[in-house]
Amino acid sequence: MKCEDLLRMLNDYVDQDIDPGICTDFEVHLKGCNPCKVVVDTIRKTIRLYKNDEVYEVPIEFHDRLHQTLRDRWKKTMDENKEN
Amino acid sequence: MKVSDLAIQKKEDQELVALAQEGNFGAFDTLVNRHEKRLYSHAMRILQNREDAEDVMQSTFIKAMEHLPQFRGEASFSTWVTRIASNTALNVLRKRNGLESVSLNEIVEENEEGFIPHPEVIADWRGDPSKIVEQRELQEILDEAISNLPEKQRLVFILRDVIGMSISETRDALGISAANVKVRLLRARLALRERLTYRFEDPQKRHLKTHSHDGDEEKSTSAKILFQSYLTG
Repeated sequence: MKCEDLLRMLNDYVDQDIDPGICTDFEVHLKGCNPCKVVVDTIRKTIRLYKNDEVYEVPIEFHDRLHQTLRDRWKKTMDENKEN
Repeated sequence: MKVSDLAIQKKEDQELVALAQEGNFGAFDTLVNRHEKRLYSHAMRILQNREDAEDVMQSTFIKAMEHLPQFRGEASFSTWVTRIASNTALNVLRKRNGLESVSLNEIVEENEEGFIPHPEVIADWRGDPSKIVEQRELQEILDEAISNLPEKQRLVFILRDVIGMSISETRDALGISAANVKVRLLRARLALRERLTYRFEDPQKRHLKTHSHDGDEEKSTSAKILFQSYLTG
């Protein structure tokens, strides 16, 4: 396996969606090629940093407005259901 | 049935859905509280605009409320409501880009199968980024890196790696082929890795641009040309 082959299959390897035989070739290549190993490692770190991203705080005034809107809507729907 | 606020807050999503379906608003409100921060973050990542993200949140939870009686729990509430939010956000983006826009859903897909840029900066990171920089700075670095991606790549990365959709779910959400999802994802991952490596690299562990890989001597001429054009272009 060459570096270009590895690059093309990087997603499948990182996502563990790869044929076992190719996976073995991939790992053999990584053992002998430190630059590729570093790329794989830093790709994984990159994905991990963005995963489960919950970084934005819901603005408090919007939070209050949202919950009030939902409460009003809920009540209205329940009242309509009772009338029917 | 009356259920105290404290008891509600301790319940699993599944139980809250059942209570909400019986008409308990507190249960629904707790579900909203539990998921709003994550969904707001997703909407902000997709739309990069606070007002649009707020509109998406409101539409999402109203849709969830309206369709709650039909929710049968085949997927988790979290997955279900995430799907509603993602689709709503993508629709806002489509409208924003103009109805005739082809940026999300190409009629003729460009040739995306070919060239994958060779990584330019290859270096181990100095350590865990959350320990190298303050949380706020880390956030700014991540925001800056992702907002510099072309929209097509940014959306695929967010749906797949941030939100956690499968390749086929991402394909359906964006209306592009699975092959294009994969190639855009790879480009996005490589580009983000490159940008973050500039910030977090250990300079002493940097590999030179002209480093030699095993098997390089067998590299085809066309691959060499592509690599050179990437480095110079």
